[in-house]
Amino acid sequence: MDFLIFKAPMLMVQASLDGILLGILFALIAYGMALQWGVMNIINIAQGDLVILGGYIAYTIYLWGIHPAWGVIISPIIMFFVGWALYKLVINKVVDRDLFISILATFGIAIVFQQLMNFIFGADVVVAQSEYGTTMLFDNSVTLPNSKIFSAFISVLYAIALVIYMRKSKLGRAIRATAQNARAAKILGVDTEKVYAATFGINAALCGIAGALISITLTLHPYVGLPYTVRSFMIVIVAGLGNLPAVAVSGMGLGLFEEFADYILGTEFRIGAVFLLLVLILVYRRFKLSKKREYLK
Amino acid sequence: MNKIAKLFVTFISAITLALVSFTSSFAKVEGEYIVLGSAISLTGKYSSNGVHTQNGYNMAVDRINKMGGVEVQGKKYKFEIIYYDDESNPKRAAQLAERLIKQDGVHYMLGPYSSGLTKAIAPVTEKYKIPMVEANGASRSLFTKGYKYLFAVLSPANQYLEVAIDLAVEKNGGKGVKIAQAFEQDAFSQDVRLGILDAAKRTGSEIIIDDKLPKELNDMAATLAKVKAVKPDVLVVSGHTKGALTAIRQISEMKVDVPMLAMTHCDAAKLSKQHGKKSEFALCASQWHKNLSYKDKFFGSGKKYAKDFQKEFGYDPPYQSAESSAALLVFKDAFERANSFDRDAVRDALVDTEMQTFYGNIKFGPGGQNVAKPMILFQVRCKGDDCENRVVAPTKWASDKFYHPIPKWSDRS
Repeated sequence: MDFLIFKAPMLMVQASLDGILLGILFALIAYGMALQWGVMNIINIAQGDLVILGGYIAYTIYLWGIHPAWGVIISPIIMFFVGWALYKLVINKVVDRDLFISILATFGIAIVFQQLMNFIFGADVVVAQSEYGTTMLFDNSVTLPNSKIFSAFISVLYAIALVIYMRKSKLGRAIRATAQNARAAKILGVDTEKVYAATFGINAALCGIAGALISITLTLHPYVGLPYTVRSFMIVIVAGLGNLPAVAVSGMGLGLFEEFADYILGTEFRIGAVFLLLVLILVYRRFKLSKKREYLK
Repeated sequence: MNKIAKLFVTFISAITLALVSFTSSFAKVEGEYIVLGSAISLTGKYSSNGVHTQNGYNMAVDRINKMGGVEVQGKKYKFEIIYYDDESNPKRAAQLAERLIKQDGVHYMLGPYSSGLTKAIAPVTEKYKIPMVEANGASRSLFTKGYKYLFAVLSPANQYLEVAIDLAVEKNGGKGVKIAQAFEQDAFSQDVRLGILDAAKRTGSEIIIDDKLPKELNDMAATLAKVKAVKPDVLVVSGHTKGALTAIRQISEMKVDVPMLAMTHCDAAKLSKQHGKKSEFALCASQWHKNLSYKDKFFGSGKKYAKDFQKEFGYDPPYQSAESSAALLVFKDAFERANSFDRDAVRDALVDTEMQTFYGNIKFGPGGQNVAKPMILFQVRCKGDDCENRVVAPTKWASDKFYHPIPKWSDRS
């Protein structure tokens, strides 16, 4: 236990800002997960690995001499097709099946992706340089990397764009209809197969954006996907499906929780604290459900 | 088929069988080849360093074979290595070690990459009394278990950054310093940490931040914010390549001013290439540097080795390759002094090793670690955007002066 943070108020400001900026990025990944979970009832264990793959795409264009920030446009386009292909190859075979089957299938995809990325990009840890500089507040005692501010800004931008798209466009309406009742949507002429493929593609595209942002704010490595999966799983569990404002709030909450856990419990418990929180929330949910008679089977 | 034909077939099969069992029981030395075995990470998370290790081994095998091989009892032998891919997985590595020993009949082993995998293999080689010369497991715990068949050409992990603390104390006029440290929670980094704790005790220094980094972590903003608040004299970070890259990224972004920054794995992380000027003044522990003046007759000097390696594999050799090459030189020397293929004779010869290689002096301590070679520290220095590693300690090998303290970020362009 370390209570340094309570002695220095500036650390509190620093931790809060870091947490919120990071949380917004997590929320974007979680939004993708909530979307395809809600529409297809699939828990995607490979979510984090899609994020990392998106990051490697941004890193690749960085190696070609293009500024990595362009990754937030190029990476989602490529990732959309990766997601689409993944749906056609694997996911469509498990979409109506038991939840357990889909978890197994996506777990398999995660392992294949990790090995492929290791094979193609190598096992070295890599970073892309954005050279965005730093914003200093309160006489240099609080520092915010501009790349983090940029990534939060881009995340918000894409999230808003997606919400508008889901409300206004034909595909968006079809996706929402399928989420509400797939069979009814099908009867009314919605090509649910296409909707599923598009949904999975959109999810992968969101992961692509997040990955590109991670390549300029944190580091990339083929095997660091899982923590992102767990975080987004957790955010979705807390926020519920189909509730975007709740996803945003829960994402920022998680970011804050992580930062404060890091300061108070120590860095070694940062990810551990997330897992612990996940267990607590699941137990609490179970407890709440058991109170409601109609959920009892 | 008549009787004679039957007899003939039986005879031939008996001879074949005898030959097969004969060759497998003498598989350690096949014809003119001395067969060594190694499980190595060619896939999985250690694959890049695994390949550096393999390249180092192969380079030395080629060189020794070309220069006449190994002479035992008046006959010349050549080295040959059987490799298996351990997939960066300790369990798999231990299985493969068993396979090398039991099925392939290997009697001499070369180490895998990383302390974790070496730890997995060492009990197996020890059980079958197979001498293993390893070049990539530096964890101190490898040398405290009383292993009799394990020999490491590298300095143990606890020595990695001790020199850095001594340097900081020296710069502070001999008085103790305030240390902030962040280490990953793995065998190697925790051993580096123990070394720092010893050094702190010895020099009367105080450790004011002692963070442990989880394996999955790629964000150390919290640790660095604390560092900014408490202003230590030296910041020590060890978390493999990820730790080094994350630290430099966030130190530069958060404008953390520390007079001295000491790390491990800078060259494996290609720090000066990936982060350029931002990594300037970082102090890095290394087992080897090509500018050191050690010599041997196989590779000449470190510089010559680097040149030949570059020609053969197309990149500058990291120390992982150099130490792996040195392991073969040690084996050759031991075989020749033992003048026998008896495992225990070779093992006894290894115990008495005392030699100089291009990689450094090698003499094994009672635990099997190399006690004859000091760790070196280099500092990243840049001219414009061109950055390189320059040796600054120990003074005997230093090519440049240690730059201290690190200028503040506000003064750096």
